[in-house]
Amino acid sequence: METYIEIRNAVKTFGGTVQALRGVDLSVKKGEVVLIIGPSGSGKSTLLRSVNRLERLDSGSISIDGESVTDEKADIRHIREEVGMVFQSFNLFPHLSVIDNITLSPTIVLKQGKEEAAVLARKLLAKVGLSDKEKAWPEQLSGGQQQRVAIARALAMNPKVMLFDEPTSALDPEMIKEVLDVMTDLAKEGMTMLVVSHEMGFARAAAHRIIFMDAGQIVEEAPPETFFTSPREERTRRFLEHIL
Amino acid sequence: MTKGSPFSGRSQKDSDRTTINVTDGTLIPLRNEGHVISAWNISFFGAVGLLILLPFVSPDPYLRILSFVPDGLMATFAVTIISIFFALIIGLFAGLGRISQNKTINLISTIYVEIIRGIPLLVQLFYIYYALGPILKLQGPPAAILAMSICYGAYMAEIFRAGIQAIPKGQMEAALALGLSRSAAMRRVIIPQTIRVILPPIGNEFIALLKDSSLVSILAVSDLLRRGREYASTSFRYFESYTVIALIYLVMTLFFSRLVAIMEERLRHNGNVH
Repeated sequence: METYIEIRNAVKTFGGTVQALRGVDLSVKKGEVVLIIGPSGSGKSTLLRSVNRLERLDSGSISIDGESVTDEKADIRHIREEVGMVFQSFNLFPHLSVIDNITLSPTIVLKQGKEEAAVLARKLLAKVGLSDKEKAWPEQLSGGQQQRVAIARALAMNPKVMLFDEPTSALDPEMIKEVLDVMTDLAKEGMTMLVVSHEMGFARAAAHRIIFMDAGQIVEEAPPETFFTSPREERTRRFLEHIL
Repeated sequence: MTKGSPFSGRSQKDSDRTTINVTDGTLIPLRNEGHVISAWNISFFGAVGLLILLPFVSPDPYLRILSFVPDGLMATFAVTIISIFFALIIGLFAGLGRISQNKTINLISTIYVEIIRGIPLLVQLFYIYYALGPILKLQGPPAAILAMSICYGAYMAEIFRAGIQAIPKGQMEAALALGLSRSAAMRRVIIPQTIRVILPPIGNEFIALLKDSSLVSILAVSDLLRRGREYASTSFRYFESYTVIALIYLVMTLFFSRLVAIMEERLRHNGNVH
């Protein structure tokens, strides 16, 4: 399989002192599902947010499908069209109905007609199991439903990569599964996914590779079965004791 | 609350910090002041009652005054509405400038806000009418509208800035992540949400501007106050003339402050402006 996302020696410092990323190398193949875990402050979210340049690296490079993200002259808007992102806090637009949340970007950025965009939005809502919520307002939905709408909204741009930044951390336990099910389906369809999460169930069911980050560096990476049963590094073992 | 802990004192102080929220002197009725004997009811219906009663009891001079001032009332409304319209436009752009990442635009907007807010409105009116008027060939009414728009634009800018900054950062990030440009994200995601936050303060600015519009009477604009002055100076009925003028201003500001309060209440309860 070809390399799709290429991260080379990524370095990022916040406020001149906090080193979020200290030289991270990572390549992700097309269709691969990579799960990033690690303690808070380990730089995992910063790494994810650098992929669509919500954070700018101090040095190092990132490219997607051969196109540089980090180059100052990069057409970042075009890259973002192809990189869907799902946030911990959903970030649905509260002034728009569910369907308008989904069709906003396709109609503005992809210049789809209103009807065309709505047809696609309904398909995506069916896919995430929320066909009956098309006219609802975000505030009327549960957290799990909001996050599924957020996934549908990202998919409406027909992205080639999906980034998930702790998609279930803000959810009540009984809603986590409905979101993970949608993500697992997506993984099975061959979507390239980069997921920051501690959901071990999802890791076992859908991830091809687990990356363990600590203090701005990748400590260990392995397929899920070896990662959980026989981690090489002492730091990984200590972390796993806490979350398993 | 635990006493004696070295941290509790501080946090208690922080949480107890009182916010003194003074708007421009308008009596915004609180929801729990729903009973009939409220300050608003007494003031508003008292003023309306007097305006109806006085012309009946003594038509001369009250009925004469009331029939003399409507032109001025129209002028007052015209100046207020046109000025608030331009102030909103200036305020939107200056407010966006205040949060712009472009350093030059940011600096220009900030200087504008600082300068204008540092000079009394009356001085600005004099400056634009007497100092710049002859150069720009400005008559009274356009000079008045220009000065009021520029002045209130600066205050509006701060309202827009605060409103935009009140929207969670994740909204802009989500819009950018979907491929929207920064300006499209502003127009379609951020500003529509801002409206809900800033409508009440804009309403208060409108009321403040309505009152401040009385200042334009010194610039040869025949507004409500000037019409009252004209009547008083020909009839020598100063007490009666200015009583009527004061009552009319009072009725108007009380009426609009009630509207703003109702709007605020609705926004708080519905959560969204759909």
